[in-house]
Amino acid sequence: MKLIHVLAALPFFGILAGIPFANPYVFGMPFILAYVVIWAVLTSVLMAAVYKLDKENKAGEAE
Amino acid sequence: MNAAFPVMAVVLLFCVYLGIRARKGKNMDLEQWTVGGRGFGTMFVFLLMAGEIYTTFTFLGGSGWAYGKGGPAFYIIAYGCLAYILSYWLLPAVWTYAKQHKLMSQSDFFISKYNSPLLGILVSLVGIASLIPYLVLQLKGLGLIVSATSYGQIPPSAAVWIGAVSITIYVMISGIHGSAWISVVKDIMILGIVLYLGIYLPIHYYGGFTEMFKQIDAAKPGFLTLPETGQSVSWFSSTVLLTALGFYMWPHTFAASYSAEHPRVFRKNAIIMPLYQLVLLFVIFTGFAAILQVPGLKGADTDLALLKLSVKTFDPWFVGLIGSAGILTALVPGSMILMASSTLFAKNVYKAILPGTTDEKVSRLAKYAVPVIALISVYFTLKGGNTIVTLLLMGYSLVTQLFPALLFSLPKRRFITSHGAFAGITAGVGTVSFITLTESTIGTLFPFLPQIVKDMNTGIIALVLNIAVMFAVSAAVRKKQISAAEKAA
Repeated sequence: MKLIHVLAALPFFGILAGIPFANPYVFGMPFILAYVVIWAVLTSVLMAAVYKLDKENKAGEAE
Repeated sequence: MNAAFPVMAVVLLFCVYLGIRARKGKNMDLEQWTVGGRGFGTMFVFLLMAGEIYTTFTFLGGSGWAYGKGGPAFYIIAYGCLAYILSYWLLPAVWTYAKQHKLMSQSDFFISKYNSPLLGILVSLVGIASLIPYLVLQLKGLGLIVSATSYGQIPPSAAVWIGAVSITIYVMISGIHGSAWISVVKDIMILGIVLYLGIYLPIHYYGGFTEMFKQIDAAKPGFLTLPETGQSVSWFSSTVLLTALGFYMWPHTFAASYSAEHPRVFRKNAIIMPLYQLVLLFVIFTGFAAILQVPGLKGADTDLALLKLSVKTFDPWFVGLIGSAGILTALVPGSMILMASSTLFAKNVYKAILPGTTDEKVSRLAKYAVPVIALISVYFTLKGGNTIVTLLLMGYSLVTQLFPALLFSLPKRRFITSHGAFAGITAGVGTVSFITLTESTIGTLFPFLPQIVKDMNTGIIALVLNIAVMFAVSAAVRKKQISAAEKAA
């Protein structure tokens, strides 16, 4: 289990396990909708980190 | 005649011209026709994959669900995120193997991985059975959009015929190249239209987003959250997981991944896609904006929420633009579905039965199958009842049954045998068919279970059974093989 797998697993836990707790208005939206939207943005950020780490790992292995 | 009709006619004619012109300078053999010669860069692959997000189902269904169901509609935004994470590892593995073995369809992958033409026929039949209702849905949506935005001047049946003929022409001539170029126009239009509607309508009618949601919450308490029973939190989580697993299992989406020039394309897409799909948020806003402005839509009519509010609010020329964007949400996915199903039929059913068929004949047969499949879909669209959403959900549950066999085929030392994969898919598909046709739920099948389990998506049962049967049969086959080898020794 590498760090990139842990990062990629976070949205699964956040969305699937977190939704019962997320069911105040945030960014003008009901809390539950804002919660899903925030996880969509976080997914993008996490996948960018995964891409960067993955690239560095592969470059390291090639050396 | 109002201004909406000529606007839609011009956009449709331009797109058909663009689709035909996309063929220019290419020798249209089967590899060029179905997977674009495996030479598409990040943008085309991105748009073809994004075409899967913006279909008539999301354009009409997304706003319709927000209008009719409220909170449960939020699952539409959640499942894409998880699917894109899976795609980071899944699609490069699929692409690399497909390129090495020159594969062209989803069934090719299963045939090659499991060395079983029979499994290929099963996967093809599951694929075609899932795709036809999906194409019917696109055509049905097209009929609704054109009829509503032409102020009833064009009946839905005429719109369905025009759409089907347009798709057939450019798919037969240009294949995936036509779809790729039209998807550029489609995404530019849909981005502009959906963002504008999703921002303008809540501000115009309510003065802002928070005010809109406060008014809805006051008028319909609890509507903006997931209910205690039925489409509850356990339904939400299980549906998000199931649809995420099935997201890339649609034959046309799976085959579209072959068209990339490099696996890096998928990894970059996995970063951009979760943000890009947030455009769906504005489709949902439009549905919510319609709740108090065009009240009283029931059942299948809730799909008209976005169109009814648009017709009420805007001038005909702008309604024509909305209609044009809606038409394109049917054309691009419709063309990909037509191409995938005709390739599956020609390459993985016809050629599997008659192995002596030449590649040239398979290529010709795939193109001639396009109008036949289009005609079948038009027939079901015009004759079918309102059960199409049931059929689509069944289609999603069906294609998700291919996921375990795909996943377990990826390790270098594969435990699952072709017999196990065949038995697992058959068990899963049989369970989905039974549950859908008898309209069962986990609650009706197992009334003694706690509510949290009873509310789960019924596709979970099929998936669990699929995996259990797959492992049991594979273990039995492996055991038999070992004992046969020992006897021989």
